Amino acid sequence: MSSSIESLVNKEYAYGFVTDIESDTIPAGLSEETIRLISAKKEEPAWLLEWRLKAYRRWLTMTEPHWPNVTYAPIDYQAQTYYSAPKSVKPLQSLDEVDPELLRTYEKLGISLTEQKRLSGVAVDAIFDSVSVGTTMKEELKKAGVIFCSFGEAVREHPELVQRYLGSVVPYSDNFFAALNSAVFSDGSFVYVPKGVKCPLELSTYFRINAADTGQFERTLIVADEGASVSYLEGCTAPKRATNQLHAAVVEIVALDDATVKYSTVQNWYAGDKDGVGGIYNFVTKRGKALTRAKISWTQVETGSAITWKYPSVILQGDDAVGEFYSVAVVNNRQQADTGTKMIHIGRNTKSTIISKGISAGQGQNSYRGQVKVLPKAEGARNYTQCDSMLIGNKCGAHTFPYIEVANNSATLEHEASTSKIGEDQIFYCKARGLNAEHAISLIVAGFCKEVFKELPMEFALEAQQLLGISLEGSVG
Amino acid sequence: MLTITDLHASAGGKEILKGISLTINAGEVHAIMGPNGSGKSTLAQVIAGHPGYEVTGGSIAYEGQDLLDLEAEERAQAGVFLAFQYPVEIPGVTNAYFLRAAYNELRKARGEDEVDPIEFLDVMEEKLKVVEMDASFMQRSVNAGFSGGEKKRNEILQMAVLDPKLAVLDETDSGLDIDALRIVAEGVNKLKKPTNATIVVTHYQRLLNYIVPDFVHVLAGGRIVRSGGKELALELEAKGYDWLLEPAGV
Ligand SMILES: Nc1ncnc2c1ncn2[C@@H]1O[C@H](COP(=O)(O)OP(=O)(O)O)[C@@H](O)[C@H]1O
Ligand SMILES: [Mg+2]
Repeated sequence: MSSSIESLVNKEYAYGFVTDIESDTIPAGLSEETIRLISAKKEEPAWLLEWRLKAYRRWLTMTEPHWPNVTYAPIDYQAQTYYSAPKSVKPLQSLDEVDPELLRTYEKLGISLTEQKRLSGVAVDAIFDSVSVGTTMKEELKKAGVIFCSFGEAVREHPELVQRYLGSVVPYSDNFFAALNSAVFSDGSFVYVPKGVKCPLELSTYFRINAADTGQFERTLIVADEGASVSYLEGCTAPKRATNQLHAAVVEIVALDDATVKYSTVQNWYAGDKDGVGGIYNFVTKRGKALTRAKISWTQVETGSAITWKYPSVILQGDDAVGEFYSVAVVNNRQQADTGTKMIHIGRNTKSTIISKGISAGQGQNSYRGQVKVLPKAEGARNYTQCDSMLIGNKCGAHTFPYIEVANNSATLEHEASTSKIGEDQIFYCKARGLNAEHAISLIVAGFCKEVFKELPMEFALEAQQLLGISLEGSVG
Repeated sequence: MLTITDLHASAGGKEILKGISLTINAGEVHAIMGPNGSGKSTLAQVIAGHPGYEVTGGSIAYEGQDLLDLEAEERAQAGVFLAFQYPVEIPGVTNAYFLRAAYNELRKARGEDEVDPIEFLDVMEEKLKVVEMDASFMQRSVNAGFSGGEKKRNEILQMAVLDPKLAVLDETDSGLDIDALRIVAEGVNKLKKPTNATIVVTHYQRLLNYIVPDFVHVLAGGRIVRSGGKELALELEAKGYDWLLEPAGV
């Protein structure tokens, strides 16, 4: 493991290549007409178009949030392109029809859409720019009754499920970026695990932004029916470009009674260069609703993006529901992250755990923003929050914004926080044992993040550790 | 193996080492003694390459190379080992992982293949015996929550695994009870070979009952004020340091 970190520490962003592929891209700009066009291209039913338009009209009345502890130049929403699809995947019936160039892109990213993943027991849905290009292992999942497909396909094949749950956790009116996403989302993934079924495979989506000046607005909807369980992984990369690109995704999770959903993210969007030129603006809304005895667990390793604005949250609706948030957020160079979670305790004896590890290097600014809210009926609610920051160098920053609201006296909340600096002593100790400074830092940081890494599925844990090495490259003075 | 010539070093603008010369050959054990604050740890850290100390004069030759030209990790890879007076904690990183990372770095530097965790278990099994430590020790975070004695034993365990040519033990005896002292000292003795050398830094002669030095040097005020054989340690035990300090102008 150490050797792979070692070789990766000195590596540049490896996913910064551009795939030369013909795209069907609509003109820049946003209007009702744009939305009708997107909806028409996707041959959507009227109810969905209506929903998009409502979202759009709502969005027009909203203003971009400026409370996050991040700064960036104003975004011109009319200069964005809201739909870009690789042309050749349009009438996608099977993987064989996918443009080989596209498949090669995914091979480069280390995802094989074909047989390789069968061996590792992972089913993959790959989203290239805005369109889903193939979901592997559909047959295997079908046997278990699990639906795992692109959002577009779900709208066609399972409209009743989509209509029932779409917006049920993140309504289109939720916030500025969620409203924008609801208006223009072009694809994403859909998962439905039926009653009592334990999904036999890890489900995985790989997001890739390829086209220039294109925003990506995918939407993920995961429904675990009563007693069902599923583990879902999400990975993200993008080419290096000098302009900023907007990524405003929405993820909704519904965990019905006794269901368990584990959602893991390794986010490695292009972060911009050393001087902060380019990179992805990652403005994402992720939320789950857990009914009685259900459990939703978010694990995220955020190493990429120029700006991250993201608060995977859990509404603990039912009694005895459990919510977890495990996060590692790394900022280096000019990256900014404002990330955390919200745990809303509604049911009795609901329990939430928050473990946040923020790492700041270079001139990076890292903010943890977390809310724990206990409503009057949440008798016996419990929360444990641990929020640790690590600083590498003198020019970076770590900030913590915890918000606690308790309306029930029987609730128990525990909060622990720490800030540490990677010490010269620690680095020297490692060096005196033959490790170079960068190896020393990835080792020390991996140790710092251990409680989060152990929540990741095995192969993701390795990847995450390697990414950490890459993203901290050059952070030692 | 090691030739230190007129070494001057300072930290925080203050000169600490004021002209140290010392020659160490393979197979030898040298003890460096001296009162607190005399510069013993500084000398050890300068040999290991701590960036917090500035070498303002003199030279250190090690195995035909200019040691001062090498980064700390390159020195370690070339066979220099420092057992720290105050071992550093690395939370969340297991001893096993850390030691294997170090072991593999040294192997890579020698052009050898890295070992995987399973192979490394075999390496460890034997080395743990040297310091009479239990295998469970390997699953604990590096030095985190270790007792003083465990930290020191852990340093010697690392030494056993990394098999250095030149080991510098900085106050490895301090904070050890008599049993632990015996274990550590026996460990060091077991690791002794005709091809390697050891510098034992201590201010008690106690340790030297177990690790018998070929030479004893007294460091005071940043200089070596007296060198002799192992009997010098006994003399210091009986008389203290003062009789050496005044004539040396410290
Ligand atoms: N990094 C440093 N910065 C400033 N002064 C130091 C530093 N390290 C050591 N010193 C000073 O140098 C002197 C020698 O310290 P040290 O080498 O630790 O002595 P010893 O190990 O013999 O007790 C002491 O006066 C100590 O305070
Ligand atoms: Mg000392």
